[in-house]
Amino acid sequence: MCNTCGCNVTDGNRHLLSIPHQQKSVTAITVLSNLLKHNDQQADQNRASIESHGVLAINLMSSPGSGKTALLEATIQKLKHKLSIAVIEGDLETENDADRIRAQGVQAYQITTGTACHLDAHLIQQALTHIRLDEIDVLFIENVGNLVCPASFDLGHHRNVTLLSVTEGDDKPAKYPVMFRASDVMLITKTDLLPYLGDFSVEKAIRYQHELASQAPVLALSSRSGEGFDAWLQWLEQEVSQHKIRIQQQQSIKPTIQAEGQQLHQQEPVRFRPVARA
Amino acid sequence: MHELSLCADLMDQVTALAKTHQAEKVVRIVVKIGPLAGVEPHLLESAFTISCAGTLAEEAEFITESLPIRVLCNVCAAETEAPRSNHLLCGECASANTQLLSGDELILAQVELLN
Repeated sequence: MCNTCGCNVTDGNRHLLSIPHQQKSVTAITVLSNLLKHNDQQADQNRASIESHGVLAINLMSSPGSGKTALLEATIQKLKHKLSIAVIEGDLETENDADRIRAQGVQAYQITTGTACHLDAHLIQQALTHIRLDEIDVLFIENVGNLVCPASFDLGHHRNVTLLSVTEGDDKPAKYPVMFRASDVMLITKTDLLPYLGDFSVEKAIRYQHELASQAPVLALSSRSGEGFDAWLQWLEQEVSQHKIRIQQQQSIKPTIQAEGQQLHQQEPVRFRPVARA
Repeated sequence: MHELSLCADLMDQVTALAKTHQAEKVVRIVVKIGPLAGVEPHLLESAFTISCAGTLAEEAEFITESLPIRVLCNVCAAETEAPRSNHLLCGECASANTQLLSGDELILAQVELLN
């Protein structure tokens, strides 16, 4: 024991220590830590829990009213003999969307956020306790309808699906780049309405998406008429089978954007750098 | 409008650092925000004035630093600055096969503590 390194301080005598009066100094600490740290830690736990049941989790993001719930209803109907699906619904109020999903005969849990404009990893953690993961292949998380905030929060899912309905205008990817850059697949929905609009160009929407340097496929479909729906089902089934293989190999994936971000901002060591201050 | 919840996370991290270093108070906080982070610097500043009340950081100077959006082209290997957040193509060859080098940061970069 010595008086140099502090090894003589124990839990029993620590309270007797008084911090010696020193000249006041300012210490600058370089931290470089992600401000979404707590959310991201919870998201990683959610992902591990979802993967332990072999389930693929998909986050649906779009404006309110772009057809997320209708997409899910049609998807459940068309795949009910192939895949077992459950849905976590996010809305500010009402149980309406979860009721619509339950009417299709599958598990649904409604998160009502009150005033919050997005779902986060902690809300999903609570919702997961209401879903029987061992009975399903795919968990859809229908985020709060909003083209801004949901893009910033990792929920512990594997893939981001963004929807752009034709009534919203073809320049949405240019107006909301943070959201549409997060796409792993982008769906142009309600194409059955195209003949009544005249000013929505699918090509332009694809071009704006392309300018975000997005490699995500863009699929145009109508949940009502079924036009273009097969390409979406094919994408989904392919993701599910690839996921099963990854699970067997004990590999995990994050949505493309989160994986890139993590690679880009690998935690740098914390440094301490005292600076002189007048 | 999730700046207030982000600020709560920020305050947790800052006060934890202050405790670790037995600081009397926090003098300065520097946060780096890229245009693709989805966070408005001035909204984060407003949120900070609410979140810091009654904490060691009550009188701290709050600095937000913006970062340029830079992309690396996977085709021609050029490193270019994107002109705006909805145009992330290579500035040399216009390829969409680029990867982000900076611009999506949301980082607590530096904290100055008074001991």
